[in-house]
Amino acid sequence: MNLVELKSVSFGYQDEPVIDGVDLIIRDGDFIGMIGPNGGGKSTIIRIIMGLLEPWIGEVIISKETNIGYLPQTHNFDNRYPISVLEVVLSGLLKVHGITTRVNKKDKQKALEVLDKVGMADLARRSIGDLSGGQMQRVFIGRALISNPHLLILDEPVTYVDNRFEQELYNLLEKISQETSILLVSHDIGQIVSCVRTIACVNRHLHYHPSNQITEEILESYNCPIDLITHGHVPHRVLHTHLP
Amino acid sequence: MMLDFFSYDFIRFALAASLLGSITAGIIGTYVVTRRMVFITGGITHASFGGLGLGFFLGINPLLGAAVFGLISGVGVEYLSRFHKIREDSVIAMVWSFGMALGIIFISLSPGYAPNLMSYLFGNILSVSSQDLWIMAILLMLVLALFIPFFRLIQYATFDEDFARTSRVPVSLFKYLLAALVALTAVVYIRVAGIILVLSLLTIPQNTALLFSNNLKKIMWLSVGIGFLGSLLGLTISYAWDIPSGASIIFSLVILYLAGSAGKTIFKARKKSKLQIELPAKLNLKEKNKS
Repeated sequence: MNLVELKSVSFGYQDEPVIDGVDLIIRDGDFIGMIGPNGGGKSTIIRIIMGLLEPWIGEVIISKETNIGYLPQTHNFDNRYPISVLEVVLSGLLKVHGITTRVNKKDKQKALEVLDKVGMADLARRSIGDLSGGQMQRVFIGRALISNPHLLILDEPVTYVDNRFEQELYNLLEKISQETSILLVSHDIGQIVSCVRTIACVNRHLHYHPSNQITEEILESYNCPIDLITHGHVPHRVLHTHLP
Repeated sequence: MMLDFFSYDFIRFALAASLLGSITAGIIGTYVVTRRMVFITGGITHASFGGLGLGFFLGINPLLGAAVFGLISGVGVEYLSRFHKIREDSVIAMVWSFGMALGIIFISLSPGYAPNLMSYLFGNILSVSSQDLWIMAILLMLVLALFIPFFRLIQYATFDEDFARTSRVPVSLFKYLLAALVALTAVVYIRVAGIILVLSLLTIPQNTALLFSNNLKKIMWLSVGIGFLGSLLGLTISYAWDIPSGASIIFSLVILYLAGSAGKTIFKARKKSKLQIELPAKLNLKEKNKS
């Protein structure tokens, strides 16, 4: 089943297109890694899927039943807003409950379970503004997870978190991916290539590669400016060069 | 003396107005403060002065004119703020001063008597009529009709608007409805607190409440209580020393805020000093266990 379908979608912020003629189908059971350089248009594609941006041209087809859990790359919120960690996670149920959203015991129980998964159960009563950047990121991941979405879209999920949670998160995603489709966005190919099943390379255009076996030749032919060094016979073990 | 105090109609009306006002302002003010639109509300309140002037000029109820100006400026600023190209605070300052200027122009063009502007600038809760009370009650019904069923939606959309937009809920519609309610609240309470002082009813109790809670519902109820307490204190001071009621209410609200702030500081300091006594003791214990 197709969860999301983009048909030759283009969008730009001024006159220049940021993405151009993007086609993408996300199906049930997919685990897609979306990679590409900064400013290449990854977050723009995500924001179009989430309905935050209207494409210039092209079509976005998402069935009404499709429940998408979303972790934005940047959070545009007031961190002095009086709201507890638990309540932030519960806000992930807004799209399920609708405008007259109410919260019952089961929802709260579920929120605590999700907080436990991301290692934040102890801080459920804290104000969101009292947390560190990494802790906040975990809470927002919890908010994306609570509604048991059909599709989970994570835009640069490990930006603020420490190495240990990064590994925990990838393990968690691997488990979740048994029953949920995932679109994982990262500017860092080395991070994600070992857990995703397919790769979408975005640099104004989108090139879909139906495997996670990435080689330098493939990226070059797709005009995707990420440098790779591959070792021996392990094609998905990828190291990227250090920046000068 | 207290029985004496209650035997006057205008006192009873003032008390009823304080109660209605505290509830309405407690709820709306919590939205205004947590969404950081205090300055916008100031702009709306002052812009409505232009409507007051127009009302005098046309010979209609000035508050009706103020309501129209308030609604236009409130919804207008909310609309303009969607486009990030404008400098929102500058637009608010323009609306603010333009409204005041229009008011002065209309009033000076009005033939005949000069209306009592002081009562609109500083308010007079002791002049509240039964008709005013009805208007306040209807406004409160509107506020409750929006906040009771949609409380969580309002909370989530205020906290993280972009995320709420991805949840297939009409975020913009609620923003405009709330902007309209903020404008109406400001205008209705001009008679009680005056244009200049209405902002304090919408901000001081809420900030006092915010000292003590991170739960939006509790903050609203605390604001209602603090607002009503401040109004009662202010009315008593006003009665006892024959001081204009608007000013004495604001004075009382600020005193309550300062008291709350001081109370919190002392409480925190005590907790801290307790910790400092307990922590070294625990550390000692650990070291003993080691050896």
